[in-house]
Amino acid sequence: MWQLISGIFPYAILYTIPLLITALGGLFSERSGVVNIGLEGLMVMGMFSSAFTIIQLQSVVPNLALWIGLLAGMAAGMLFSLLHAFASINLSANQVISGTAINMMAGAITLFLARNITGSGNIRIQRGFTPNEVPVLSDIPILGKLFFTNAYVTTLVILLILVLSSFVLYKTPFGLRLRACGENPQAAEAAGINVRRMRYIGVLISGAFAALGGAVIIVTYSGEFNGSAAGLGFLALAALIFGQWRPFGVLGATFFFGFASTVANVSQVIPELKVIPPVILQTFPYVVTLIALIMFSKSSQAPRAAGEPFDSGKR
Amino acid sequence: MKNAVVSLLAVLFGLIAGALLMAVTGSNPVTGYTYLFEGGLKSIERIGNTLATATPLIFTGLSVAFAFRTGLFNIGASGQMLFGGFCATFVGLTLDLPKAILVPIVVVVGFVAGALWAFLPGLLKAKFNVHEVVSTIMLNWTAYWVVYNVVPAYLKGSYETESRPLPVNAQLRMGWLSDLFGGSYINLGIFLGVLAVIAIAYIIDRTTLGYEMKAVGFNRHAAEFAGMAVGRNIVLAMVISGGLAGLGGVAQYMGNAINIQIGHLPNQGFDGIAVALLGANNPYGVLLAAVFFGLLYSGRGYMNAMVGIPPEISDTIIAIIIYFAATSILIERLISRLLRKRREKRDANAESGGA
Repeated sequence: MWQLISGIFPYAILYTIPLLITALGGLFSERSGVVNIGLEGLMVMGMFSSAFTIIQLQSVVPNLALWIGLLAGMAAGMLFSLLHAFASINLSANQVISGTAINMMAGAITLFLARNITGSGNIRIQRGFTPNEVPVLSDIPILGKLFFTNAYVTTLVILLILVLSSFVLYKTPFGLRLRACGENPQAAEAAGINVRRMRYIGVLISGAFAALGGAVIIVTYSGEFNGSAAGLGFLALAALIFGQWRPFGVLGATFFFGFASTVANVSQVIPELKVIPPVILQTFPYVVTLIALIMFSKSSQAPRAAGEPFDSGKR
Repeated sequence: MKNAVVSLLAVLFGLIAGALLMAVTGSNPVTGYTYLFEGGLKSIERIGNTLATATPLIFTGLSVAFAFRTGLFNIGASGQMLFGGFCATFVGLTLDLPKAILVPIVVVVGFVAGALWAFLPGLLKAKFNVHEVVSTIMLNWTAYWVVYNVVPAYLKGSYETESRPLPVNAQLRMGWLSDLFGGSYINLGIFLGVLAVIAIAYIIDRTTLGYEMKAVGFNRHAAEFAGMAVGRNIVLAMVISGGLAGLGGVAQYMGNAINIQIGHLPNQGFDGIAVALLGANNPYGVLLAAVFFGLLYSGRGYMNAMVGIPPEISDTIIAIIIYFAATSILIERLISRLLRKRREKRDANAESGGA
């Protein structure tokens, strides 16, 4: 049993990390009051931009290429999310429609461009990051073995972003203002906060983080852009709800989902798990999210103003 | 009238954006569009294929538009279409009956299965106030994984990723219809689609049921105060919307294609949102918009073969159109500013003329 768990664990973490950072992006956007179902498209944007940048640079600066690729992905995600921000914040557009448009546009434009570049539409990078043992931390009994013997550097970076995000959201004036815009934007405005600006920041962060999630997939386990994030953006959205819009809730939810997905992937080759039909494990995240929605329907922690266009004249 | 102008401008902007993309990537937009439209219209066979490509979009567009009219946002048309098409395929591969009996059965199964997949979000909305956008997204992916597992296990064809081909008796394709259109894969779906358009237009505009569903969509509390059964109307609206999407699955997997493939949520479900917006949520508008998108999709293969422009240009144009339709307020502002300018000019002219 121990061997099984410690064997699965690195894969579960690998799968969790892109989900985590994407859901965290969604958290910033929704906390500021803008629903973002375009996370999937923003991930695809990040995958494309990072893969494209990396293949350009890998022969020139092999060591830096991956890092520059991650940054390029984030920049592209931010730029692309501006479309969503502009539609939802300045034009009071329906945020779900605008998010759907983001998903469709990202999938179509990136494949269109990729086909112009490579013909097949796939972009494969030469090599990604390799997992390493983290000094000191890997010596912690049990946890060290599970978390830090086969860790990717991106995993540590994203866990750091998680801690920072939680700090920013709950311990700084900026975080308080951002959350106020998602709960009661009229009150926030009366207190002198520029609601539109805060919402722009929230959406831009979601663009950067979701794209980073996509880029991390490229530099760790996938290595190839193929025009799809395979629904991970929607899974991140489910995790955001299941985690009740809190950073560490999201961490728990994404790890839960990541672990279930990993078990689903390997269940057919491991005798102990073969008794569970994979469909149960694969639909599990969506079904538990539905159940959570019902259970929390009376006490949901959802930002109260999320999804509503801001009308400063409304009381 | 205003809706039509906004829709046409959204299409125009989408096509301009597509032209820019072609130009940026080194193709000539004029030849690109010429081949795109020729590919969908050049021969009677291609016209048939365009109509067939439009058929699932008619259903998903109607599904989304009907939900919008009743105050619901059905973003789960994709999953309902997949599940409806999957159940109908299952029945079509299992039962061995004459065509005149089997085809009506699979159509009903497709409708019921799609309706069932939308019943749950309707119920959750009515009973627990769970937003249908979130619950239908979850059910999209649930349908995806169910189909992903059941097809290889029970309906496996020559590949792991698709079902066996349907027997002729279960297909919506008719020999005479294909012959009429020079060998196109056009099928009974298009007639069903037109019938559905008429039926939905009738339900929305001419029946008490439609009136109640719209009233609940406009203002849940007012409708309740007026004595309408709010919960029942929400569930019913979702069920009809889901059933329409399920029919789209029947048209796609049993007419346009003759087997079902795993690993895809059908695009048509999301394109249905674009179709509904462009058609201003009017059933006849939906029909026009679906045929237009069908044209963009069916001509792209020819364009790709002739001038090498990647076929994703069509998806890109549609996505840009939906963005412009979503931000239609921008277009409306533009129009009203133009009108005001013209009026001011005229007033100024009139004044100077009078002096």
